[in-house]
Amino acid sequence: MSAGHAHPLHRPGTSPVHRLAPQVKIVAAGFGVLCVVATPRERFWAFGLYLAVLGCVWTIARIPPGWLARRVVIEAPFVLLALVFPFVAGGPTTTVLGVALSEHGLLSGWNILAKGTLGVLVSLTLSATTAPGELIVGLQRLRVPTMVVTIATLMLRYLDVIAAEARRMRIARICRGHDPRFLWQVGATARGIGTLFIRSYERGERVHLAMVSRGWAGAMPDQGHSAGRSAWLTGLAPTALAVVVLGVSL
Amino acid sequence: MSAVAMHMSDGLLDTKTSLLFAGVAVVGLAVAAARARNDLDDRTAPLAGLVAAFVFATQMLNFPVLPGVSGHLLGGALAAMLVGPWVGALCVSIVLVVQALVFADGGLTALGANITNMALIGTAAGFLVATLLKRFAKNRAGLAVTAFVAAFTNTVIASFGFVLEFAIGGDPAFSLGTVTATLVGVHCLIGVGEGVITALTLVAVAAVRPDLVYLLRGSHKALDVREETLA
Repeated sequence: MSAGHAHPLHRPGTSPVHRLAPQVKIVAAGFGVLCVVATPRERFWAFGLYLAVLGCVWTIARIPPGWLARRVVIEAPFVLLALVFPFVAGGPTTTVLGVALSEHGLLSGWNILAKGTLGVLVSLTLSATTAPGELIVGLQRLRVPTMVVTIATLMLRYLDVIAAEARRMRIARICRGHDPRFLWQVGATARGIGTLFIRSYERGERVHLAMVSRGWAGAMPDQGHSAGRSAWLTGLAPTALAVVVLGVSL
Repeated sequence: MSAVAMHMSDGLLDTKTSLLFAGVAVVGLAVAAARARNDLDDRTAPLAGLVAAFVFATQMLNFPVLPGVSGHLLGGALAAMLVGPWVGALCVSIVLVVQALVFADGGLTALGANITNMALIGTAAGFLVATLLKRFAKNRAGLAVTAFVAAFTNTVIASFGFVLEFAIGGDPAFSLGTVTATLVGVHCLIGVGEGVITALTLVAVAAVRPDLVYLLRGSHKALDVREETLA
């Protein structure tokens, strides 16, 4: 896959978490978040324990908390939604600092905030320790249909093609006297979007022919081996802890 | 309520509903994958990849809808008109899966519900409308109107999918009426933006490479070879 292209959410490393087989990590993350979502929202301590489990994973993977904190802002719109809840929901109210807040709203807001944040943190941990190409290999080993793997592989490859083509078109516009200020650029980009599609497709066709002539047959060659029992046991250990927390909280 | 413009996060729906819609998504994708086999060959595979990448990239292009609310494209109608409904649904689902796994956008447990709304319901609605309006799409303006209406319907119907999920497994503290009015209202505005961008893209592609547009398959004229008589 587009080797050498840096990815903003990937943090290359050699820790045991980085080296773990990608299919194990995908399964562990999926079930881990499922545990978080299934936890009753009144069990405040359970969410603290989930965070502690994640903290251990970050220590092993050597991901600094500040690095994660800067990327959690993806979630900002949901935080706003959670802050609106106590004011708009109905039901019995409590008074905080002289303002009447809905109890249901407070709990719902907390529910979305806690579960959403933990979900984003799990996804961030997964993408920080696993390169996009590895994730595709992981999906391939989880027996995802070849056609889906093909489209996903080409999609990741073509993202770079589209970005490069958009950059060329932007430079061409500037050369012709366009003055790109922050918001007006969006208008020009939107008007040129059809052209961008055709240019990217035609370049993409050449990329595809080059891939086919080098022996590409729909999936990236997978040199790795299936994960052994010990890899699954280590990888699923944090998820097992989450299951225990969920069991106690129910 | 800016969240409506984004994918659903974890915790918005309860576990039962999340699992229910994960099941719906898996069944829907299995059907789409089975039917897509006929539409996807060595030549169209790169087009499907490019459509997926394009939908991915345009989902990054946020435009202001209301103060504090920004919308982005769902891309279902565009994908359906370019590569057909089955491959289109697969493309949009792949975008959603990769965004959840690689970019942490949209919750892992809400993935089933997100796929059901944007990839299955949205794409199907967009394609049905486009097929119904196909006979008006003889010229540039007709095609633009078809694309606009299909994309608008796609967005609004997809937001009804969320309303349905929220009615089944959302927070009972909210009146469904308020949630519906807010969501559908905002998505009508997003739908206008989506419609304009879809129409611009489809018209440009149809003008240069009509062979790439699934919707126009079988409707373009055969190559007219004129025999020249030599004196």
